[in-house]
Amino acid sequence: MKNAARRIYIALIFIFMYAPIATLGVLSFNASKSRAKWGGFTVKWYVSLFENEEIMRALWNTLSIALISSLVATVVGTISCIAIQSMKKKGRAIVMGVTNIPMLNADIVTGISLMLLFIVLGIRLGFFTILLSHITFNIPYVILSVMPRMKQLNPSVYEAALDLGASHVQAFFKVIFPDILPGVLSGFLMAFTMSLDDFIITYFTKGPGIDTLSTKIYTEVRKGIKPEMYALSTIIFVVVLVLLFLVNRTPKDKPAK
Amino acid sequence: MKKLFSLVLCLVTTACLFAGCGSSDKYPNGKVYVYNWGEYIDEETIKLFEKETGIEVIYDEFDTNETMYPKIEAGASNYDVVCPSDYMIQKMIDNDLLAELNWDNLPNARANIGAEYYEQSLAFDPGNLYSVPYCWGTVGILYNTTMVDEPVTSWSILWDETYKDSILMQDSVRDLFMVALKELGYSMNSTNESELQEAKELLIAQKPLVQAYVIDQVRDKMIGDEAAIGVIYSGEAIYTQRENPNLAYVIPEEGTNIWIDSWVIPKNAENKENAEKFIDFMCRGDIALMNFEFITYSTPNTAARDLIEDDDIRNSEIAFPDLSKYDKLETFSYLGEEADTLYNNLWKEIKSYTSY
Amino acid sequence: MNKKMLSLPYLFWCAVFIIIPLCMVVYYGLTDKTGAFTLANIAAIATAEHAKALWFSLLLSFAGTVICLLLAYPLAMILSGMKVSQHSFIVLIFILPMWMNFLLRTMAWETLLEKNGIINTILHFLHLPALNIINTPSAIILGMVYNFLPFMVLPIYNALTKIDNNVVNAARDLGAGSFQTFSRIIFPLSLPGVISGITMVFVPALTTFVISTLLGGSKILLIGNVIEQEFTQTGNWHLGSGLSIVLMIFILINMVLSAVFDKDGEGATL
Repeated sequence: MKNAARRIYIALIFIFMYAPIATLGVLSFNASKSRAKWGGFTVKWYVSLFENEEIMRALWNTLSIALISSLVATVVGTISCIAIQSMKKKGRAIVMGVTNIPMLNADIVTGISLMLLFIVLGIRLGFFTILLSHITFNIPYVILSVMPRMKQLNPSVYEAALDLGASHVQAFFKVIFPDILPGVLSGFLMAFTMSLDDFIITYFTKGPGIDTLSTKIYTEVRKGIKPEMYALSTIIFVVVLVLLFLVNRTPKDKPAK
Repeated sequence: MKKLFSLVLCLVTTACLFAGCGSSDKYPNGKVYVYNWGEYIDEETIKLFEKETGIEVIYDEFDTNETMYPKIEAGASNYDVVCPSDYMIQKMIDNDLLAELNWDNLPNARANIGAEYYEQSLAFDPGNLYSVPYCWGTVGILYNTTMVDEPVTSWSILWDETYKDSILMQDSVRDLFMVALKELGYSMNSTNESELQEAKELLIAQKPLVQAYVIDQVRDKMIGDEAAIGVIYSGEAIYTQRENPNLAYVIPEEGTNIWIDSWVIPKNAENKENAEKFIDFMCRGDIALMNFEFITYSTPNTAARDLIEDDDIRNSEIAFPDLSKYDKLETFSYLGEEADTLYNNLWKEIKSYTSY
Repeated sequence: MNKKMLSLPYLFWCAVFIIIPLCMVVYYGLTDKTGAFTLANIAAIATAEHAKALWFSLLLSFAGTVICLLLAYPLAMILSGMKVSQHSFIVLIFILPMWMNFLLRTMAWETLLEKNGIINTILHFLHLPALNIINTPSAIILGMVYNFLPFMVLPIYNALTKIDNNVVNAARDLGAGSFQTFSRIIFPLSLPGVISGITMVFVPALTTFVISTLLGGSKILLIGNVIEQEFTQTGNWHLGSGLSIVLMIFILINMVLSAVFDKDGEGATL
């Protein structure tokens, strides 16, 4: 009884989460260019997608920016968490305050402020400026998902490891890291996803001729999205989904904990 | 958990494989940075240009004149060719952001673009120094004949209670005020505060009837029978009618906006010669025809119009209206900073108004 | 000593990419076009339109956050009760939708909610009354809940999975009922997750402009829309910056509040 209620609840939430995605999937097979009309079934958008150099280039930019920025952010963020944790209360509060700024600030302000910075520094807007901005707004996501784990750690375990002769690095990787690993990974994933999904900050820090999927879609929103975009999103989604199932089917090397 | 990691990496690498990077050796003759409206060109024409000239086109899009302007003004990005509308070109000229064209490099532009369009351009580009017309059109009412029985002739239908929640208005300041000012019988370039206040009151009174303020989404919503009446650019009318034959387009009797979008070259352009080559290429009859057929906005290119095979389109009242029939057409002009601020403040008042 | 050094790269990064750009916004907010000092840009929040936009933003984002929390907490509880080996799976299920661009997903809601949209077609088929929320504040709240729900679920879920089962069992053994176990043990232990969830939902909801444009039909002006317009359309960066400063004050209040609650959270965690 209780289990059934739980299942229904989860199912409802999933319908809510995935209804728009199903909609996009259906639209990708729509022969009409307009999203408002069903023009019959077609797979032509899946063919023309791969011939569309601009979309392919935008995809490449999006993925490489997301990957590099989230990796850098994960490393910097995790290291910073250790440093922040060891700070005195006051210092910690200040640094956490600053960390929260890019997350809490309106994206548009972050975007504009970074654009102003790049202009003043004379850096030409392009791939590099987008990358720097993405790292900047990704770090807080990593810190915020690592920090709760870090706070729940027992500091004496680390000290015990040191007392038993482990170096700082050893102590970190043997004692702390396994415990915060879920936080680090979800931070990385969060950062990667945020970068993938960001539009506003990219919009302000991008230069001529460089587009990510978001900025490309935004210019298309007003004009009507090219159906190839639906096709691309559907492909990305299905690929991730299939990989996800494969990963979960293979036998586990060992229980996560 | 580690598998999650490898999953992401795996995905990215596979995606990169077919995304690939463009090679630069294909283009020995440099680059040209183009900044145009979204979906406002047939991408085939860009490829043809690259093939014929060996110049690499770096193409970028914007959605309204107002969003384009700060990017050019900030100077952070150096575009070589931009395609703003009439009043925005005037503003850019006033603020010294544009470079003068060298007409010797633009033979197609001189030969193919109709003289009347250059004449019309004089209003915002005195002496035709800076701009080459690319597209033009009117703004009018698109309505669904299955939902609207009466003949539509006037802007006043947009204030008709029977169409509550079925009216789509433009979500850009000048276009919105144009409708109200014309309905009131004023000039759409009015800077008279009491006239503008009156227009504002009219638009506020209209707000409860409006389904949404949109830009190009008008298209999809009208095609999908979401709304009965929408304010739309003439260029979209042909496309929407093709998708939904119940739609009809009219130019209201009170007059409307006749607009031109033209190619210009910003002052800080680094590849001015390539920019002129690009503009001139776009003025070639066959190329302009490709663009017309793709975007369905009226072309000022007479050579292209002559090449249109379909008589219905060539003589279409929507694509090529006989302008002499309408006496109250106007073109937007730049009204100066003070008036801009006034418009924007009044617009904000309309947008923040709610009936609850 | 060693650990303090670790913070240096990050502190440098913060200074260059967070503090300095922010100072520029403050500088813009406190000057006018001629560069002279003025408070007019900040005082502008008091005008009827801006105050109303801010009020609406606060109202809608508050509603959105509360709904998110009410939906997310039971969900996170259920999920955290599932088998451990499925952790990554669960996390991905919630992040997966975000791999489809958020503009596209929000547009898809438009297709779903429209008068002749998918939901209404289904309702009509079932002879149920039509759902008319597109272009209303309800649609904006729905958009907020949809877009930001994962930000609420994931931190709460993370905090819940970290709770030692022995603690819960101990409470039960000592005679605590389900409700008591929840209110005295589970909820306090999950509080850090709840706090970061609230922060991660409330702020983007407060500052959004895309959702209100797409799902609200541009009929409701939120403070995010005002700022966006000042920057990208009107070109009055000074006013936009001034209003951003005001917005930051509200964000600061949120930060202080969560810091206060977080302290309790820490005390309860041990």
